Amino acid sequence: MRIALFIACYNDALYPSTGRAVVRVLERLGHEVAFPLAQTCCGQMHFNTGYQTEIVPLVRRFVETFEPFEAIVSPSGSCVGMVRDAYPRMAVVAGDTHLARRVEELAPRVFEFTELLVDRLGITDVGASYPHRVTYHPTCHSLRALGLGDKPLRLLRAVRGIDLVELPAAEECCGFGGTFAVKNAEVSTAMVADKTRHVLGTGAEVLTAADNSCLMHIGGALSRMRTGVDTVHLAEILASVDEHAPSAL
Amino acid sequence: MSGGAADPRQLHPTVLRPGDFPTMAHEALGDAQLRRNLGQATATIRAKRENVTAELDDWQALRAAGSAIKTRVLRHLDTYLLQLEEAVTAAGGQVHWAADATEATALVTRLVQAHEADEVVKVKSLTTDEIELNEALHAAGIAAWETDLAELIVQLGEDAPSHILVPAIHKNRAEIRELFLRRLDIDELSDEPADLAGAARAHLRERFLRAKVGISGVNFAIAETGTVSVVESEGNGRMCVTLPEVLISVMGIEKILPTWDDLGVFMQLLPRSSTAERMNPYNSFWTGVSPGDGPCEFHLVLLDNGRSDVLADEIGRQTLRCIRCSACLNVCPVYERTGGHAYGSVYPGPIGAILTPQLLGVEQAGTLPYASSLCGRCYEVCPVEIDIPEVLVHLRNRVVEEKKRRSRVPGSEQLAMRALAWFFADQRRYEAGLAAVERGGPFARSGWLRRLPGVAAAWTDARDAPVPPGESFRSWWKSERRAGTGS
Repeated sequence: MRIALFIACYNDALYPSTGRAVVRVLERLGHEVAFPLAQTCCGQMHFNTGYQTEIVPLVRRFVETFEPFEAIVSPSGSCVGMVRDAYPRMAVVAGDTHLARRVEELAPRVFEFTELLVDRLGITDVGASYPHRVTYHPTCHSLRALGLGDKPLRLLRAVRGIDLVELPAAEECCGFGGTFAVKNAEVSTAMVADKTRHVLGTGAEVLTAADNSCLMHIGGALSRMRTGVDTVHLAEILASVDEHAPSAL
Repeated sequence: MSGGAADPRQLHPTVLRPGDFPTMAHEALGDAQLRRNLGQATATIRAKRENVTAELDDWQALRAAGSAIKTRVLRHLDTYLLQLEEAVTAAGGQVHWAADATEATALVTRLVQAHEADEVVKVKSLTTDEIELNEALHAAGIAAWETDLAELIVQLGEDAPSHILVPAIHKNRAEIRELFLRRLDIDELSDEPADLAGAARAHLRERFLRAKVGISGVNFAIAETGTVSVVESEGNGRMCVTLPEVLISVMGIEKILPTWDDLGVFMQLLPRSSTAERMNPYNSFWTGVSPGDGPCEFHLVLLDNGRSDVLADEIGRQTLRCIRCSACLNVCPVYERTGGHAYGSVYPGPIGAILTPQLLGVEQAGTLPYASSLCGRCYEVCPVEIDIPEVLVHLRNRVVEEKKRRSRVPGSEQLAMRALAWFFADQRRYEAGLAAVERGGPFARSGWLRRLPGVAAAWTDARDAPVPPGESFRSWWKSERRAGTGS
């Protein structure tokens, strides 16, 4: 299948390795990846901060850019949530019924990375190998806006050599919340303090999630405390293979 | 008559007003005792609620039914209100309409004065807290005795409620013991819950027996029969609505239900969501007056106080479905860490963050819609499916639009947001921006930055920030896949 990658702006700038990992996994599975260069930002930060009229052009741009594709994938759960939940509302703000129809038609073809693998492509073993102790944080938007359930865990459990440990109070927010982390920095810090405490309690070397934004937040706190715990996007774990194995899928 | 150290007229309650949320949260975050009290209390209620909702296999269907009933009520609110008025009047009650807090408090004060009473006993009621009825009564020389244990603790402590259901959640029993010893003329008291409740009971019993007027809020009012109800755990409410000669009940106009059948849904949703019980211990229902049984005079005050404005807002109106269960408070990671006082309103937590700005206007409470990480747990547990994150984001938009209207000079946030949107609106501008980020990266010494300038410093005060790598994904794609696809 030809799958278009929506990288999400902050991944483009800060986490290119996540994008490369998505490409590697999908190509390894025999799919063709397209990266339409017209893409920029979904507008989530603006929308969640209260700036709606400002991003009507971004909604149009997203729809125009990705409309031609049969399937669109993004390694950012919250950006996918933005397209599904907020774009219909934004079309109303724009007062454009034609745009509303196009959004309605496009949204079901936009998948978060683990959704694409498990639901659309029907695969849980992507032939990855990752011999590390890992714990998984289900980010709020993945868990509650997208309802990913145990899809990410099913993918992780199929990884060779992984030592997957459960994160206590996993469903609790890390305190990122976009501009919340800056506007209410002290509350946000109190939240991430509890999250890091739970992460450290697992003894994991690596914390993973389906969203780099939350990983950036927890990782920033883990780094400040000099914990030595690494944060790695789930796609990068799924892209890892044992180079010496006889056949890596 | 009503003298003593604990006379409410001698107490000066803390009145809550919304302010700058981050500033108001600052103090609570540094209070270790408060954090422990809140953390333990919310964790306990959370776990109990999960158990009692999980045991019903039709819980999600009940939530949908609750939401649908309330939505229908709001759509035909005018009809149901008139129906209720007619039914209450036919049953011998008197109905009064109050447009705002001033009208409502003046009305209630006049009713109390008409019976030459200088004191009233009160059932715990958020609606009367919302209109600051106690303060208005005190100004008229009338003592308002709070009879709910937690409300009594708050009243005696000259404090303010910090939780919808458990107003004194921020106090532990050692603190309550100390307060009772100081205020209730008691010499000895342990901090055992039974002893504390016993001390309150002894204090209250006399007031129940002598008060001529009782005042309550309303949980549900049934339009078809004009029946009004209060549900509670302690039995103090039952005393207040049955013992005095005169009963005055103040209800927000959204508290109406069309029929008794509808009530069946809410009698399951409310106790399980609030106290995590299968049924409330005390459920009081009354229809007008019954000669020789209970109060001989019943007044129902229908309060608007901003609710019609909330109803007019297409997205915001779902807020009026709220049945004040407080499940959203108990699961909220922000509330758990700041407590209720930071919200500056008798409605704290997620529901307060959307209700207060709508009742008072976003210009009065502009930081409340931002007091959330939008984690969505409140929506998940809400028994009437209020999409609180959706309303929060909607109100943030109203805050931003209000700021634009009030000042022609854009603020720094607005300028930054506009600039970013401008970069994102065009591929070449976006790529130029990315190139600037790529050039900045190599100057860092490691993968993380310790300090950022400007508003971003709020991030690096406690968290490192990632260093942008020298090559964006886009640059990699372009160099690797020059033959390129899709563009």
